[in-house]
Amino acid sequence: MFAKQLTVFIENRAGRLSEVLSVLKESGVNILSLSLADTTEFGLLRLIVDDAAKGKERLTEKGFSSLLSDVSIIQITHKVGSLQELLKAIDANGVNIEYMYGLSIESEQAYVVLKASDINKLMEILEANNIRTLSNQDLSEI
Amino acid sequence: MIWNETKECMSRDQMTALQSARLVKLVDYMYHNVEFYRKKMQAVGLMPNDIKSIEDITKLPFTTKDDLRDNYPFGLFAVPNSQIVRVHASSGTTGKATVVGYTRRDLDIWSECVARCMTMAGITKDDIIQIAYGYGLFTGGLGAHDGAQKIGATVVPMSTGNSQKLTTMMVDFGATAIACTPSYLLHISEVLAKENLLDKIKLKAAICGAEPWTEKMHKEIESRLNIKAFDIYGLSEIMGPGVACDCEFHKGLHVCEDHFYPEVLDTATMTPVADGETGELAFTTLTKEGIPLIRYRTKDLTSIDHSTCDCGRTSARISRFKGRVDDMLIIRGVNVFPSQVEAALVNVEEVTPHYMMIVDRVNNLDTLEIQVEVDQKYYTDEIRVIEGLTKKIGHVIQQALGINAKIKIVEPLSLVRSQGKAVHVIDNRKLY
Repeated sequence: MFAKQLTVFIENRAGRLSEVLSVLKESGVNILSLSLADTTEFGLLRLIVDDAAKGKERLTEKGFSSLLSDVSIIQITHKVGSLQELLKAIDANGVNIEYMYGLSIESEQAYVVLKASDINKLMEILEANNIRTLSNQDLSEI
Repeated sequence: MIWNETKECMSRDQMTALQSARLVKLVDYMYHNVEFYRKKMQAVGLMPNDIKSIEDITKLPFTTKDDLRDNYPFGLFAVPNSQIVRVHASSGTTGKATVVGYTRRDLDIWSECVARCMTMAGITKDDIIQIAYGYGLFTGGLGAHDGAQKIGATVVPMSTGNSQKLTTMMVDFGATAIACTPSYLLHISEVLAKENLLDKIKLKAAICGAEPWTEKMHKEIESRLNIKAFDIYGLSEIMGPGVACDCEFHKGLHVCEDHFYPEVLDTATMTPVADGETGELAFTTLTKEGIPLIRYRTKDLTSIDHSTCDCGRTSARISRFKGRVDDMLIIRGVNVFPSQVEAALVNVEEVTPHYMMIVDRVNNLDTLEIQVEVDQKYYTDEIRVIEGLTKKIGHVIQQALGINAKIKIVEPLSLVRSQGKAVHVIDNRKLY
C-alpha cells in the first residue's frame, strides 16, 4: 500500500522552516514524521502527516511550493539486521532506494519511510517478504 | 613618449580638416557599399554630397546595436568576404551575437591605435608584456596582442583563466607590463601577496580595460603593485581596445580621433553637448573598411574635453565613464544584457519567466547569481532532480552569456513582480 508524503521546498533562510510548521499547526495537520534534506541553498522538508492533501492545500494557499508523492511506509521488526535483510531483497530485484527515514518506534516494531525508483515493484517485493505497509487511512487513525 | 606625434599632436584645425575629408569619403563609400545605410540616408532625403565637412555629421542618422543584430551576421559589411581577414563577436541584446569584420588595413589601423595607447602607458619594445585578456571572439586578447607586437614588445599571450601560471611567469620572465581587466589585476595582486611574490616582480605598468573602474580601484592597483596603471577603452563595434586611452596625467582618455570621431550627445535631444557636459558617446569610424559605422551609439555616458593635454597630445579626451544609458552589465569584462538571460530561460520549460540577476564583487572577482523560480508542475521531492535542473540552467546560461553564473532556485512567487518595467538586476558593485 502506498502512502502520500508531503514535500515542501524551502530556501535556506532563517525562520522559513518554522513558517511551514506554523501553517500546518494552524490547519490542525499532525506531523507523524519528517526528514529535512538540506543543501547549501535550499532544503526539502519531507513530511508524513495525518492529512497530506489538506496540508498541501493550506501550504499552497500560503504561497509555499509543495507536492504529494507516493512512498512506502513499511513495518519491520525492531531487531538488529532486519532492515538490512529487506534491503538485500530490494537490491536483488533492481529497485533503487532514493531516500528513507524512520517514522516511529513502538516497543517491538519500527516503521521506515521508503522512496523507491519503482514503487510498484517495491510493493511486490514487500508482499513477497510479508512486510506490512501503512496507508494514509492507517496514518489518519494514529 | 608619443607613438605618432603627427596624428596625436595635430592642431585642432588640421584635425578638423582631416576628419572632414575622411567623413566625406566615408559617407560616399558607405552609400555605395552598404545597402542598409543607403536606405537609411534615402529615408531622410540625404545624398553623399550633402556631407561636405565634419560639421555636417549631425545630419546623418545614428546606428545602434539593434542595426547590427537586424543585419546579422554580415549584412553591414562594406566589402565582400574575400577582403575580410578576421571576424570578432560580442554579446548581442538577445540570442544573436554582434559580429564585426576586419580587412587587413583595418587590422593595421587597429594595431596602430593600440600601439599609441601602449606608448601612452610608457610601454616600449624593451618591455615584456603579458596579455591576460581572453583570446578568441572577444577583441581584448588579439587586439592588445597585435598592438603590443607592433611596438615590438615581447608578447606573452597568457589569455585568461590561470592566475597561478600568470603570476609564476610574471616572476620568472621578469614581465614589466600587463594588459587585463582592472578587477582581474586586483585579484592577481592578491595572489602575488599570498605567495609572497610582491617584491619579486618587475612590473611597472598595466593597461587595463574592458570594464569600468573607479579612481579608488586605480589607486589601489597602483599602490598594491607599485606600478602605473592606465585606462584603455574600446568596443568591438568600433574596433576593440585602443579607441581611447589615458596618458600619465590621467585627465581623460585620448581618443584616436583621426580614426574614430567622437560625439557626446544630450540624452534627451541627441544633439552635441558642450565640452565638460555629460552625454551619450557616439563614434563614427572614419577610416574603417570592413564594417564602418556612422554615429554608432555606445550607450556609455561621458563628457569630452578638446583642450590640449599636459602631455602635449591635442586629441580630444573623454572622461572616466559615468554610467550607461541602457541596462548592459559588464561582468568579468564580458558584456551582459538581462535580455540575454530572459531569452535563454525561455528555452528551459521547468522555470517561470521571472528571474533576478545579482551581481557582486568578491575578492575583486565579479560574481553573478541568477535566481529562478521552478514551475509548479516540476516540483520534486528529490534533491538530485533540483540539482540536475540547476546544472542544466547553468549550462544554458553559460552558453548564452559566455560566463558562468551561480543558479539559485528560489521559492515560488518570491521574485518581485513589478508593474511596468521589471527590475531584473541588483548590482552591488560600485562601478561608477
